[in-house]
Amino acid sequence: MVRYISERLVYMLITLLLIATMTFFLMKLLPGTPLSAADKLSEEQQAIVLEKYGLNDPLPVQYFNYIAGLFQGDLGLSFQFDNREVTTILLERMGPSMTLGAQSLILGTIIGMLLGLIAAIYHNGVVDYGSTLIAVIGKSIPSFVFAGILQFYLGVQWGLFPVALWEGWEYTVLPTIALAIFPIAIAARYMRTEMLEVLGSDFITTARAKGVNRFGVVFKHGLRNAMIPLVTIIGPLAVSLMTGTLVIENIFSVPGIGEQFVKSINTNDYPIIMGTTLFFSFLFILIILIIDLLYGLIDPRIRLTEGD
Amino acid sequence: MENLLEVNNLHVSFDTYGGEVKAVRGVDFSVKKGETLAIVGESGSGKSVTTKALMGLIPQPPGRIKEGEILFEGKDLAKMKDKELANIRGKDIAMIFQDPMTSLNPTMKVGNQIMEGLIKHQKKSKSEAKERALELLKLVGIPNPEERIKQYPHQFSGGMRQRVVIAIALACNPKLLLADEPTTALDVTIQAQILEVMKDIQKEMDSGIVFITHDLGVVANVADRVAVMYAGKIVEIGKVDDIFYNPKHPYTWGLLGSMPSLESTEDELYAIPGSPPDLLNPPKGDAFAPRSDHAMKIDFEQEPPMFKVTEDHYAATWLLHEHAPHTEPPKSVQARMKGMASGSSEGDRK
Repeated sequence: MVRYISERLVYMLITLLLIATMTFFLMKLLPGTPLSAADKLSEEQQAIVLEKYGLNDPLPVQYFNYIAGLFQGDLGLSFQFDNREVTTILLERMGPSMTLGAQSLILGTIIGMLLGLIAAIYHNGVVDYGSTLIAVIGKSIPSFVFAGILQFYLGVQWGLFPVALWEGWEYTVLPTIALAIFPIAIAARYMRTEMLEVLGSDFITTARAKGVNRFGVVFKHGLRNAMIPLVTIIGPLAVSLMTGTLVIENIFSVPGIGEQFVKSINTNDYPIIMGTTLFFSFLFILIILIIDLLYGLIDPRIRLTEGD
Repeated sequence: MENLLEVNNLHVSFDTYGGEVKAVRGVDFSVKKGETLAIVGESGSGKSVTTKALMGLIPQPPGRIKEGEILFEGKDLAKMKDKELANIRGKDIAMIFQDPMTSLNPTMKVGNQIMEGLIKHQKKSKSEAKERALELLKLVGIPNPEERIKQYPHQFSGGMRQRVVIAIALACNPKLLLADEPTTALDVTIQAQILEVMKDIQKEMDSGIVFITHDLGVVANVADRVAVMYAGKIVEIGKVDDIFYNPKHPYTWGLLGSMPSLESTEDELYAIPGSPPDLLNPPKGDAFAPRSDHAMKIDFEQEPPMFKVTEDHYAATWLLHEHAPHTEPPKSVQARMKGMASGSSEGDRK
């Protein structure tokens, strides 16, 4: 197990290095320079600034400097935010995004799974159609529509939760709900389909023949088997939620990474683009690793034996 | 002796978009303690559906028991609610399933799967149930039970898994065991071992067995009585000797004739021509008439009743009517019957 994980970590490093390389050169293909908007600077001043940040060096030199910095844990300084370190900015901005992402993921998958389960148990009944309807609505209507509705009713009309800003836990409630609707829909659909499939399999008949009741069949025998495919989709879902969403963060005035990322691309803030991309990639690869380990936990057939 | 199980006029139907599929159309049989009844017939004849219906394991909808009684120790299972049935399933009636590769939960330890019924029905503690599970694994011939009990199904071979399936069925010493082609998915050497295990256990527990198969070799090996099913009905039922040495229904002749044998001098193996009827619209008269070489006019018009051959041998064919012409089974079947009688069939068991 330890060997497996350390092997995976080495691969992870190689992957990150490749991503860093590709992002670096792709980024350099972006039109303009970090200074293109700063028309107040004279040409000499611009030249001095470019020189200072090493942007006049030949591309390979810039690249090797960057990679060397990476290995020392240095992501560089941001151009647009008063020369602050990219690492600091990332950490500051990732907090809110990841809080919202994690909360909505947990809330969404739990509610979604329950909905899907109920739908599968009462297959083709009123509850099933109800949960299908919720899933279709959740999947097809964009989250900002829900955001507006939530703000209006829960925030303005009934005054239950603050409408926007980021000053405490109660401020996370509305954006979390708005973000959770999508995972609810996805998890509900998957759970229903998988559970129905599992409930039709032979070993469920075996369980029923043993005298296990309906509840036991679903929870003791069905759930774990139905969860295997669900785990697969939760990975990418987790990443997309945790890396922040531009629209939701804007609507609720959350100081998250989503908004930051788009802004830094528009201004050619190379270090921020690189740092954020690398961080997202890292998160993605990490989550894939966690999911692979989760598979083993849920499904004994893919569990690693001691010998491996 | 009193009947352990008595099935009277059982009808099972499936409601599909195309209409009502009448899978079982009026089946009567009984099983006594310590007795093995084999139900034979080709695929789609309703034998599996019959046994599943006995335990209330037909998925509803689309399936339903349309009419009939399933008397188990005098109580009618067909009228019981699922909750009541759940207390009988696994305890008094247990089932051995056909496919060992899919009949076990892949994410649950084998030991837990065996212990589940014990904990539910016999209110055993975990450690007591574990002890019994170890005993059962030994009983069905799984080596190293202490080791194996902690493993998952994928760590077992097909034959070993089927033993686990049998161990699960036997856990609570059921009075009635329904075996739905328990050896079909296994290779021949394992088959024989599994059959021996089942026979030993039956002797020990004096349980009744309903054994579904389409392998006549297995029937000869295990059964006391045989019911031949065709198109959702029992067409002939009798002691195993009656069916093998004195078959009366043309379908039984066909089945026996299509069994490969060592004595046969013919190049081609006999096959019953045609295919079973569509049970969405079952034929009017004898369902087998269109495929039978011995069909008479009446076979296409009126359904034959069960004619009594001897005290425990019945067959549903108009050939047994007093006005019917005397018909002998085809030569190949007669030769087969002689071969059987001389005991030389031991070798051709599949």
